[in-house]
Amino acid sequence: MEDIKDITKTETTIEVADVKPDREWRKDDASLMNNELPEEEKDWFADARPRKVMPAWAPIEKFFNWARAHSLWILAFGTGCGAIELRPLVTARYDISRLGMQPRPTPRQASVFMIGGYVSIKTLKRIVRSYEQMQGPKFVVAVCSCAINGGMYWDSYNTVKRIDQYIPVDVYVTGCMPRPEAVMAGFSKLKELILAGKAEGQNLYAEKFDWYKTNQKQVIKDWNMPDYNW
Amino acid sequence: MSIVVKILWSFLSLGVVTIWGLTLTGIVAKIFARVQGRLGPPVWQPFIDIIKNNAKRTAVSHGIMFYLGPVFRIAGGIGTYMFIPAIYGSMIFSNFSVSGDVFLVMYFIFFGQLGMALGAGEGGHPYSAIGVARGLAQMTAFEVPFALSIISLAVQYHTLNITEIVAAQQGGILNWTLFTNPLAVIAAMIAMLGMNMYNPFSVVIAPQETPIGPPTEYSASFLGLLATNRGIFNAAKMVLFMNLYFGGATNIVSMIVKTFCIYFFSVFIGVAFPRFKTEDAIRFFLKVPALIGLLAIAVFLI
Repeated sequence: MEDIKDITKTETTIEVADVKPDREWRKDDASLMNNELPEEEKDWFADARPRKVMPAWAPIEKFFNWARAHSLWILAFGTGCGAIELRPLVTARYDISRLGMQPRPTPRQASVFMIGGYVSIKTLKRIVRSYEQMQGPKFVVAVCSCAINGGMYWDSYNTVKRIDQYIPVDVYVTGCMPRPEAVMAGFSKLKELILAGKAEGQNLYAEKFDWYKTNQKQVIKDWNMPDYNW
Repeated sequence: MSIVVKILWSFLSLGVVTIWGLTLTGIVAKIFARVQGRLGPPVWQPFIDIIKNNAKRTAVSHGIMFYLGPVFRIAGGIGTYMFIPAIYGSMIFSNFSVSGDVFLVMYFIFFGQLGMALGAGEGGHPYSAIGVARGLAQMTAFEVPFALSIISLAVQYHTLNITEIVAAQQGGILNWTLFTNPLAVIAAMIAMLGMNMYNPFSVVIAPQETPIGPPTEYSASFLGLLATNRGIFNAAKMVLFMNLYFGGATNIVSMIVKTFCIYFFSVFIGVAFPRFKTEDAIRFFLKVPALIGLLAIAVFLI
């Protein structure tokens, strides 16, 4: 018995004091805290911050931008009445597929996020989530007055007024509601921006990430999701 | 001929077939659009999409199997093509045709789907799992008439080598399997409808209910790889059908014309018919086409 006790004593002298008991030990400046998540869910999600990704060498980037501009895959988020104007775009009359555009049902594969109408706070949560799940470079087109300045929901208690305080927006299409021609004009403008290399919303989001997060958390009270949904 | 030269020729022919397969996809998208009264995307749209997907700056991976899914898929596509002689008698396009390669090719057609199933499964998205389940169920079903048709061919030509099957069909249009063994061709062409996943059997992709099917979670260059494979795999399947049933090809123009016509068969059905549910599709394949396949074997055994 004495011998056994001695052995256990010698083993416990190994120093383990420097390892912190919680998850903090593997955090660095580039990690997010995900404080709003329940403790058991924290390991389910990534904690990496978005990073700025610089454009490639100019001639190559120009070629890539040409491809991006001619293959816009749309994730249409029909938040409000503006969504009704998106349907005609794929019909024979307007036919966006001739411009290389097509609707895409999953954010992973889309490159243009289209917000069609007013943004209620409940919807904003989903918008942020979907936007962050898209792979960059990603572009946002906000359709309808409501997404720009609140529109007729100016006084509403549960509608955000300016969507560009929460995610970066490349092109606004005004109107209540804008006709499909106006939406297509918005896409033409987006193409011009992409071709000129000016549609860098993803890098803007990474750069001003804390500002966007503060704004989002100010209005979304029940924040039960990770800080960044890669 | 040294193996190095043969490998070089094979990759050259793979490049040609990839370009043809993607162009074929573009042409078919255009035809679909015109049938629906639209102008449709340009014929070279698949190439732009692949460039764009590969030019994405970020990509999400969910683990090693997720990463390997598209790799297995494209390995299945390249493997399918590498063992089919694309042009009969051509040195460049003869690839690695060996005795018994029909079985190898049938295996490779299945292999890519299985790899994709593992990869899409690790993505963890429920829609991926639904798409994979539907895809594998439908695949198992259309494999029955297709395999019966191949067995019928083996009984007819006493060989399992694609080059020999093509050689047996040379010397006039009436020597094609289409005329010497029409039952096997009917069974195989119906199986091809399931393989190409156009409309009666398009529930796997199902853009309306399960967004985009198995590759729901795939983004950026993963998707680019899958789209490239779509070109290779489509062309390889059409070349296989051309070799087995339509007399093969002796030059590249005849290959392009024949593969286009074979592909157009499923497009023609696709624009005209609505969609089967998965269980209906399985029942369909296991009834009439399977019986036709059995009959095709019986005719040559008796």
